[in-house]
Order: sequence, then structure tokens, then C-alpha cells
Amino acid sequence: MSRLLAVAALLLVPGWVEAHAFPDHSEPRVGHTLEASPPSVRIWFDGRIEPVFSTIRVEDAEKRRVDKGDSRVDPADGTLLEVGLPALASGRYRVFWSVVARDGHRTDGDFAFRVK
Amino acid sequence: MRGKSLLACVYVLASVLAASAPALAHGLIGKRFFPATLATDDPFVADELSLPTISYLKLRGTDEAPPTHQIDLSAEFSKRLSPDLGVSLSGTFTILDPDGGSAVSGFDNLEVAAKYVFFKSAAHELLLALGLSWDVGGTGSKKVDAESFDTWTPQLFFGKGFGDLPDQLELMKPFALTGAFGLAVPSRVHTKTFETDEDGNVDVKKPLNPTVFKWGGSIQYNLQYLQSYVRDVGLPAPINRMIPIVEFALETPLDGRNAGRTTGTVNPGIIWFGRYFQLGIEAVIPVNHDVSKNVGALAQIHFYLDDILPQVFTWTPFHGVLGPTQPQ
Repeated sequence: MSRLLAVAALLLVPGWVEAHAFPDHSEPRVGHTLEASPPSVRIWFDGRIEPVFSTIRVEDAEKRRVDKGDSRVDPADGTLLEVGLPALASGRYRVFWSVVARDGHRTDGDFAFRVK
Repeated sequence: MRGKSLLACVYVLASVLAASAPALAHGLIGKRFFPATLATDDPFVADELSLPTISYLKLRGTDEAPPTHQIDLSAEFSKRLSPDLGVSLSGTFTILDPDGGSAVSGFDNLEVAAKYVFFKSAAHELLLALGLSWDVGGTGSKKVDAESFDTWTPQLFFGKGFGDLPDQLELMKPFALTGAFGLAVPSRVHTKTFETDEDGNVDVKKPLNPTVFKWGGSIQYNLQYLQSYVRDVGLPAPINRMIPIVEFALETPLDGRNAGRTTGTVNPGIIWFGRYFQLGIEAVIPVNHDVSKNVGALAQIHFYLDDILPQVFTWTPFHGVLGPTQPQ
């Protein structure tokens, strides 16, 4: 029984292993419409991500890239991926992100937002 | 003799349920996460452990057998041998408690299975796989009527997410389907049994072991997919990691006196998934009264070994350390 408990404890101890990195929340919020152009797109993940291999880009409805190309992981918060934006015209935009968790596990995703 | 007949009837009903014993996997295709389902199998191969899976159902009484409470305690370990090939080993401890009678318990036969993913499309969140399971005859207890013969079940699996629907149907995108279709073929067509009555007369019986079409799957709505990829509707934790699901675990004998008569269950429930394990609970609703008139329950704790310790659990003989189950 003690061995079983030890294995269970080993499996459940948080923080010492890494796994899939999934988005927790973002600015702009997924699928929402904004009154004005946002200064950046920021996505918070549920775990720390690798700065070198984590990217984000924003495209307009014609699939033209519109972000500033300064995608980065926040040095003060290893779960935050962000990219700057110029002033966006009204329309629909799509954010594409790709991150690598600290164990080398890649996760990709995308979502849309609108600017009025 | 009557006691044996009673138990035999109970065991026939129990074996119908045991035929849908869980064999599970989880995985990612594109940005779609599929959880391990509780009552049916899905198309993924992974390094994982279901421990325990607990099911309860009160079996219907018959003219010869009283209503019986059945509790199954199951475990399954799955291991990838390559990115697309996996094997699994599962076992079930069964407790049968007839009303007004004495409970019996024991292990059912071990089940060994292999699965190969032969088609993947990340853009369409589609996965197809072939599998073969082997119910190893004689490894279980006769007390719970574990068969003395082998049963081989070739299977076809699919998983399909609907993230490729047009944006006008965006709230449908979190939906996904899984399916599993198999043919359970017993290695022995008839099982010969001998019964002796009070006068010493020996009765020889040779009941048919039918070939059974096993079919089922799930329809699921992934709230994490909704929240992260479609529309942030402000769901708080832990709801934002929940997947409402309805599973179907059905089977239809193709020969014998019950040929063409489908039995099984429909299981509505909820799965919550974290980074290292998932929890699931479902109601078990029989599709007809052949097996039970009552609603049962099914619950599971499922560990993602490939995420917990990828350097240990994802070692493979020919492909080295695979790491966690990778999105494609």
C-alpha cells in the first residue's frame, strides 16, 4: 500500500514535470469584437513556454500578415506570448500561434477577433 | 443444479456488459484534443494508464435468476511502440451480487490489444486507425464465467473534429465524433458443458458462442476548444476544461438465438482534463431491457503517462524517446 501511495504522490506532484501547453486566456479575447484597434495580441498559456520556438502572427481577412513581427515570450512571465500590432482597420483578423512547452512538446492553434 | 443455472444466467448478462470493457486512449490532432473515453475506444495511441475504471449496473432478473448488482473494477496500461503503433493490456475484477444470494467475484480474462494509426489529417482533425484485440481465454476466473476460449476482435476506429466547419457555424466547431467498429470472433464455436441431475442423468449442452458486431463511439463538445479557438465565453476553471460527452457502447450478435438483437448502453457524462490526468463520470443507460432496467454509473481516473514523465514512459524500441503525444 505504501508503494502505491508513493507512486500516486509521484504522479500528482505538480510543477516538476511539463506537459501540453494550452492557452488560458488572451487579449483580445477569442472571437470578440473590439471598438478600437488593440496595441498587441497577448496569449497566456497554462505553463511555461520556450521563447526560441514559440511564435505568434496576425493576418487580416486577405491572409496578409499585419503584426509588427516582434513576437516574444515575456521575460518576466514565461507563460505569456505577445506580438505588437500597428493601427488596424476595421475588419476580421486571425491570430496563429505555435508554442513549445519546456519538455519540447509543440502545440498550435488559432483564433479570430474583429475590429469595428 | 438450479443454483448453477441461476448463476449461468447472471453470467450471460454480465458477459454482455463485460464485452464493452473499456480500452482507451487520448491524443491531439491539429489543435483538437480528444480525451480518453470511458466506455468505448478512440483512435489514438498513447502512453497512459486508466486506474481505476469503476462501473456499476443492476442487471435485470429473469425467470431463472434474480436481479444482480454488477461492479467492475478495471485497469488498462497502454504503450506506444512507435508514433503510430501502440499496445495495451487491460484487466477487470468483477463482483456479482445477486439479490437474496451470495456474491461472487473474480478476474475476467486479460485483454491484449494493438492499434495502428494509418491516416491523419490535422487540417480536418481526422484520424483513422486499425486495431486487433485478444481476449485471452482461460486467464480469468470461472467464478465470474470468464471464457475458456479466446476471442479475437479486429476493429476500425475514427476520430473527427469539426473545427473545419465554416465560420458561420463557429459554435459547432467544438463538436467531435469518435467511432469504433469491430467483429468479436470466438476461437471456439461451441462450448460443451455437462450437468448431472439428482437421478444421475448427464445432460450435455453445447451453447453457441456467437460472433458479435461491436459498435459504438462518442459525440463530445469540447469547452476548451470553444474557449481557446472559437469564442471566449468567460468560462471559469474547472468548467473551461470540461467536455460534455455522450458515449454509445453497443453490440449485435450475428448468429445464435439472439442474432440481430442489439444490446448496450448510452452513457451521457462529463470529462475534465488537466495537464497530467483526466477525470470522467457517466450515467449508464441501457438501450433496452434485455440487460437491465436500471441506470448505472461509470467513473474513471486516467493518467497521461506521456505527459507526466515523457523521458521514462515514451521510450520505444525502434524510435527512441517519443516525448508526449504530439499534435500533428
